[in-house]
Amino acid sequence: MKNTYIYIFVMAAATYAVRVIPLTLIRKKIKNNFIRSFLYYVPYATLSVMTFPAVLSATNTPISAAIALVAGIAAAYKGLSLFTTAAICSLSVLIIEGIMMLM
Amino acid sequence: MNRKEFLRGAKNGMPIALGYFAVSITIGIAAANAGLSVFESGLTSCLCFTSTGEFAGIGLIAAAGSYLEAAILQLIINARYVLMSASLSQKLKEDVPLRLRLLTGIGVTDEIFGLSIAEEYPLSPFYTIGIVSVAVPGWTLGTVIGALLGGILPELLTCALSVSLYGMFISAFIPPAKKDRKIAALVVCSFIASLAFSLIPVLKGISESTKIIVLTIVLSAAFALIFPVKEKDENEEHKE
Repeated sequence: MKNTYIYIFVMAAATYAVRVIPLTLIRKKIKNNFIRSFLYYVPYATLSVMTFPAVLSATNTPISAAIALVAGIAAAYKGLSLFTTAAICSLSVLIIEGIMMLM
Repeated sequence: MNRKEFLRGAKNGMPIALGYFAVSITIGIAAANAGLSVFESGLTSCLCFTSTGEFAGIGLIAAAGSYLEAAILQLIINARYVLMSASLSQKLKEDVPLRLRLLTGIGVTDEIFGLSIAEEYPLSPFYTIGIVSVAVPGWTLGTVIGALLGGILPELLTCALSVSLYGMFISAFIPPAKKDRKIAALVVCSFIASLAFSLIPVLKGISESTKIIVLTIVLSAAFALIFPVKEKDENEEHKE
């Protein structure tokens, strides 16, 4: 019978190590231009890949998610705050799916 | 100054905390189904603080996998955190002490990273720690409630709340894309590539985590080669 707490501890330690080691070992500004460019692009590649098409499966129907995506992009493009953008996405889903439920 | 940054982080972190609360309810349900107690479920979320990692890990616990497998699974599934952590390291001042780095590292999650990386250089570790201070409770609380109550929250609400997480991603990559056309191009390529992976039969079977890390590396490397970044691009980015 395996001990659940050991599982939890092992998982936590492995995850934490992955998160923290680069942050603690890499101190100086990286000079190599390729690596600097690479790291410059990494966040946006990751975030974009994670957003689409995954967002379409987050709701009961891809339609509400697609509208939320477009609304969110518009809000962010207009420079609205993080909270407002997120709220607009949620409200879009609430409204669209709410309407669909009532139809 | 540090206190201000901490509070600003806590405030900006509220949408994340809210979104985490919604998404983690699902984790709580899964954990309870796998036989974890409410306390164990909450503890898992509090200590691991990773959606993909916890989902996979809970599955492994249910299947009674080995401890070694559990560790390796986390390393692979969360491999993208290595890249994100390296990116974050560049936003920190060289003299940020170890103890603050150890705390900031907790915040290497997709969403908190998104907020942190959007900051001007230098990123204050207290900002990220402030976000963590609301995000971890949100994540833990949602898990506990999920484990306790199962599917009681109306689905409409959980759906709407979970989309707020994507709203956060969007607000992290759209403004930089507006400023730098190379980033805009990267976003478009990422969307297309990501879609291709979910449609093309051969690629469909690849797990989400693998896809994220493969595409991140391939696309970022390609752009780094074809459109290397000039000093001024980075400074423009910082002047936000």
